[in-house]
Amino acid sequence: MACFLVSAAEAAVVKAVEKHEEKVEAQAAVSESAVNEAEVEPKIPMSRKLKWLTRLLIGGAVLLAFEHVWHGEVVPWFPFLTAMSDPADTAEMLHEMATVGVSMAVLITAVWFVMCKVADALVKKPVVEPEKTIA
Amino acid sequence: MTLLITVFAAVIATLTWYNRKNDDLKIEVLCFMYWGASLMWLIDAIFEFAELKADYFAPAAQDMLNDAFLGLAVVALGLVIWVCVLLIKDPKGSVRAALKKSN
Repeated sequence: MACFLVSAAEAAVVKAVEKHEEKVEAQAAVSESAVNEAEVEPKIPMSRKLKWLTRLLIGGAVLLAFEHVWHGEVVPWFPFLTAMSDPADTAEMLHEMATVGVSMAVLITAVWFVMCKVADALVKKPVVEPEKTIA
Repeated sequence: MTLLITVFAAVIATLTWYNRKNDDLKIEVLCFMYWGASLMWLIDAIFEFAELKADYFAPAAQDMLNDAFLGLAVVALGLVIWVCVLLIKDPKGSVRAALKKSN
């Protein structure tokens, strides 16, 4: 009914954190500019990882919002959600947001967390040149 | 059906991203969008399965057709959003070059 709103809300919060993190990283980069680049261990900045999460959440929420429009659950006039016109439907909608919506946000965040761990491991792994075949 | 179509779209987008020559086409936008939607519909499917049990796998033909049509519409919307992002961000500078052209 409106389960995508939970992911959309999380996306807004993550976007704000991402912007803050970008500023912090920019300041840190200026202060650490004297350090030799060769000594710095390669790693993916947190702001970039947060951007992945934002994109997953926003992308999913937009396409799910379209599905809700398709099913007539979201309308272009106030109160925008058809479930809001009836108290029983509103209660059902809130229950769905608390169960399905929260589960969606949790799964996406969990997948993103695993994705970050795998990405960190890949970045630390030395690049191996593919063996050349002898003609 | 919508979940299946979106998962296929996500896999195709990811393989295209993996084989990319450069980042000019911003394929990652498509990947994140389709994977995000696929994960969300997966949860939807799990909750629906918990409610319907085995009946979940035997949908009515009309429902399946509607879901397939919705899945294709979702893929099309994703592509439209991707093209819009591509034109706005313009990583190759093609749009700017076309606009600056005198004729």
